[in-house]
Amino acid sequence: MSGITEPRGWTKGALAATSWLVYFFFYAPILVLIIFSFSDSRNASVWGGFTTSWYSDFASDSELTGALWNSLRIAVVATLVSVVLGTMSAIALERFRFRGQRVFDALLYLPVIIPDVTMAVMLLLFFAQAANWFGFSKGFGTIALSHIAFCISFVSIVVRARLAGMDDKLEEAAMDLYASRWQAFRHVTLPLIMPGILGGGLLAMTLSLDDVVITQFVTGGGWSTLPVYVFSLIRKGVTPLINAVSVVMLVASMVLVALSLLAQRLRGDDAI
Amino acid sequence: MTEAGVAHVDVEEVATTVDAVAIRGVTKRFGSGDGEVVAVDDIDLSIADGEFFAMLGPSGCGKTTTLRMIAGLEFPTSGSLKIFGDEVGTLPPNKRPVNTVFQNYALFPHMTVLDNVSFGLRMQGVDKATASGRASELIDLVQLSGMEKRKPSQLSGGQQQRVALARALVNRPKVLLLDEPLGALDLKLRQEMQLELKSLQRDLGVSFVFVTHDQEEALTMSDRIAVMHDGRLLQVGSAEELYERPANRFVADFIGQTNLIEATVADGDMIVLGNGSKVLAPSDYAAGTPVAMSLRPEAISIGTRGSVPAEHQADSLDGVVSTAVYLGHALDYHVSVDWIDLEVRAPAVGSRGRFQPGDEVSVWWDRSSNWVVAD
Ligand SMILES: Nc1ncnc2c1ncn2[C@@H]1O[C@H](COP(=O)(O)OP(=O)(O)O)[C@@H](O)[C@H]1O
Ligand SMILES: [Mg+2]
Repeated sequence: MSGITEPRGWTKGALAATSWLVYFFFYAPILVLIIFSFSDSRNASVWGGFTTSWYSDFASDSELTGALWNSLRIAVVATLVSVVLGTMSAIALERFRFRGQRVFDALLYLPVIIPDVTMAVMLLLFFAQAANWFGFSKGFGTIALSHIAFCISFVSIVVRARLAGMDDKLEEAAMDLYASRWQAFRHVTLPLIMPGILGGGLLAMTLSLDDVVITQFVTGGGWSTLPVYVFSLIRKGVTPLINAVSVVMLVASMVLVALSLLAQRLRGDDAI
Repeated sequence: MTEAGVAHVDVEEVATTVDAVAIRGVTKRFGSGDGEVVAVDDIDLSIADGEFFAMLGPSGCGKTTTLRMIAGLEFPTSGSLKIFGDEVGTLPPNKRPVNTVFQNYALFPHMTVLDNVSFGLRMQGVDKATASGRASELIDLVQLSGMEKRKPSQLSGGQQQRVALARALVNRPKVLLLDEPLGALDLKLRQEMQLELKSLQRDLGVSFVFVTHDQEEALTMSDRIAVMHDGRLLQVGSAEELYERPANRFVADFIGQTNLIEATVADGDMIVLGNGSKVLAPSDYAAGTPVAMSLRPEAISIGTRGSVPAEHQADSLDGVVSTAVYLGHALDYHVSVDWIDLEVRAPAVGSRGRFQPGDEVSVWWDRSSNWVVAD
């Protein structure tokens, strides 16, 4: 049985062909990248037989592993802080009515909309001014703060979607059953929005790990994250080492995004 | 309750003289300026201990808001609200000895039936084992044993309703508030649950405050009923009082079916109907007041034109049958009487006594069955 909305005849063929074309454009370069990361040749686009030496080079290159370590530290800090702040702002916007709410609402989503470069320049100027006044140097702190700044928005959006789908009578029911405000949040609201919080957190982590533009602007003192370091290497020419690093970052990102989607799809009743 | 000491009796007596809920001059406004809504408008209400009390009225009349103020989920804009003598005006819900069965149950979707039912006890600091034990008793009481481990989504509507009931009752509230608890159930289940709720309330002896927009439900279940309209409390009374002596036109029309015949109060105990005929219908309204005479369809007799018994001549009208509907136990006629249309409910007796549309008939009523209402 085929429904009325199901494509038929040439439409069906054309749609199928388009999908395959899209998949080809998406995944062919990734496939090429993965294949050439195992190529035993200094030229990144010439196949020179199979090797895993580029991956062991990555593991033994202290500059690369140092950058990776930096990336991870920043991602963890940015994720934790933005999850807490993003969740709180989502609750404030969804559950309470206050003066200036619409403005706050619009401003919160700004980092999602404005281009990375604009955000980067804004933050750079801000830190330059702040450095004048407070006298600190750029590096870990400025990068982490910048990542927090844009991650909050994403966490907030995801958590808010979850909150909006939650029956607000549930908290009232909890309070009617002798729960304090905090207990109602802790035992009812929090478990029900947890998939959103997890999903938002993993999304934040992915964004932090992948960011190049903003990090490049606000970094200093020789501080570098993995993507920024790789970017600087590329200027000297693409080697299969970069292919290998790219594959590692790609796999990490895909795992995180998959986990994020999975978490958001969890039903509330499985999420204690 | 097993010991019948003198002191114990005293306590009982004191308890029964205090109203379970006493509402005095309570008003609730939402919003401000142009968007202001007066959801509840200066109401006075006393609900006795152990009473099955219904709040009845059309959608939007302020029933839920009143219930939420008793629960503490909403605070009155002005007025006094006492629960067993204690002023609770702005006390939060977790500090009040009342529990609520919410309109769509509001069961916690991430918890099992057992966890839902023991939630209230756990929040009061009862240890897990004791709470689970008490919760199991209540689950038995509402006939859900064996379903303790299920999630609400794995239950039917009727079963969810029972969980909501158990979850509230496990706390032994002094007053149970129910907001249209049977609204989501189909007719047969609803009728079953009406009987169950009623007998549960009688066994527990706890006051139930039951919100509904279904007048039949309110009439069959309640000791007393409060009728609300547009945020105002129109009348409080037993089913009989509301049905036989409605306080005004709205109540007469809302409770059961009735014929409202426009009239004006004349001298003495007479009123003048729209066609100029005078009818004996005592009331307290001053002469000249526009009123309506309420006549229940089953209080009107119908017969062939001119067959009016002598003692009812003054309380009769002539008309023509416009429709006749067979209802099984009764016949429902609409009779056109020159300026109005009357509904008449006659017992279904053999086919000889039936009338067809177009038949010329007379209708009459017993003098004691009419009732005069104003706006
Ligand atoms: N939180 C609220 N904000 C604004 N208006 C409300 C709110 N709650 C109820 N109202 C209004 O108050 C009136 C009474 O509502 P409610 O008590 O829910 O009626 P009922 O339960 O009898 O259907 C309605 O006009 C409704 O729109
Ligand atoms: Mg309501």
